[in-house]
Amino acid sequence: MPLHFELVTPERLIRSEDVHMVVVPGAEGDFGVLEGHSPMMSTLRDGAISIYASAGATPETLTVAGGFAEVNEKGLTILAEAIQG
Amino acid sequence: MASLKALKIRINSVKSTQKITKAMKMVAAAKLKRAQEAAEASRPYAERLESVVSSIASKVTVGPQSPKLLAGTGKDDVHLFVVATSDKGLAGAFNTNIVRLARKRAEELKAAGKTVKFYTIGKKGKDQLARTYRSDIVREVEPGDLGRLTFAQVQEWGADLTARFEAGEFDVAHLFFNKFVSVLTQEPTELQLMPVALSNDNAPAGASASVEYEPDEEEILADLLPRNVAVQLLRANRENAASEQGSKMTAMDNATRNAGDMINRLTVLYNRTRQAAITTELVEIISGAEAL
Repeated sequence: MPLHFELVTPERLIRSEDVHMVVVPGAEGDFGVLEGHSPMMSTLRDGAISIYASAGATPETLTVAGGFAEVNEKGLTILAEAIQG
Repeated sequence: MASLKALKIRINSVKSTQKITKAMKMVAAAKLKRAQEAAEASRPYAERLESVVSSIASKVTVGPQSPKLLAGTGKDDVHLFVVATSDKGLAGAFNTNIVRLARKRAEELKAAGKTVKFYTIGKKGKDQLARTYRSDIVREVEPGDLGRLTFAQVQEWGADLTARFEAGEFDVAHLFFNKFVSVLTQEPTELQLMPVALSNDNAPAGASASVEYEPDEEEILADLLPRNVAVQLLRANRENAASEQGSKMTAMDNATRNAGDMINRLTVLYNRTRQAAITTELVEIISGAEAL
């Protein structure tokens, strides 16, 4: 079962796709989110998120600023104010 | 009766006005499409943020330590009206409708003994409000082309508003804008911006009780609430952008139709005048010939 990942900025919905894992720069340390992660909410520090499309694949990185992450039973949602790359 | 030449000039001038209004209508139609897409694209963020904020806020008990944006200042004396309009006219009653609603609410609050201040977005709204409330306008900003408004611009206004709120310049902020319903209908809308008005229908289901927060709820909330202000502002301006173009389209459509009617009337008048001139000439010739 893949992880449903959504990346949203105030201007538009950037990504909405199924991936293997996403590593997120949480305010209190990085954390990886896999499918079935327990529900949590965290603010993010400005930094890179790494998206692993499948296990062992080379990660794709995006730099986010002013972010917030929510993990619930539907998957991972990242709200970011700005995105580079 | 106007001379034939004057009528001809008049008809041509109305015709060129009609060409302009027709072109403006088509431009508005194209821009409307883009504005509508932009308004739709900004919706997911606003919706998710709102559901997150209300789900956290429902868990935090409001106390003296709570962020002011959530708890309010504890007073209700000074109201700030953020009136979002556009910089340009020629859009029917678009700007007037927003200002009219703001004015009506301001008079109600003033009658109840409250102080009302204004924070205007857009030149048109400022011009109209300045007629009666010049000294009450705390800041005026000009967004330029509403369709090209970026989040960074809005963020600056949001930060400014939040700072003023924290400094105790006002107790409640209301946001006024035109909600886009359809091309023909735009609804002037009032929304409470600060402190955050929580809708209870978004209250989370019991299942989310085990959510982990990092850092704790209070800190997340303190981070998210100012952001929520900016997002609401962005959303209002996006709605306004779509409404402005919709309103402009209707206004220009009416103008084009009026110009068409006017051309018809003038053409009839022109023909009649010409016929009258010919008849007069004929009568002159005939009566001249008879006299011989």
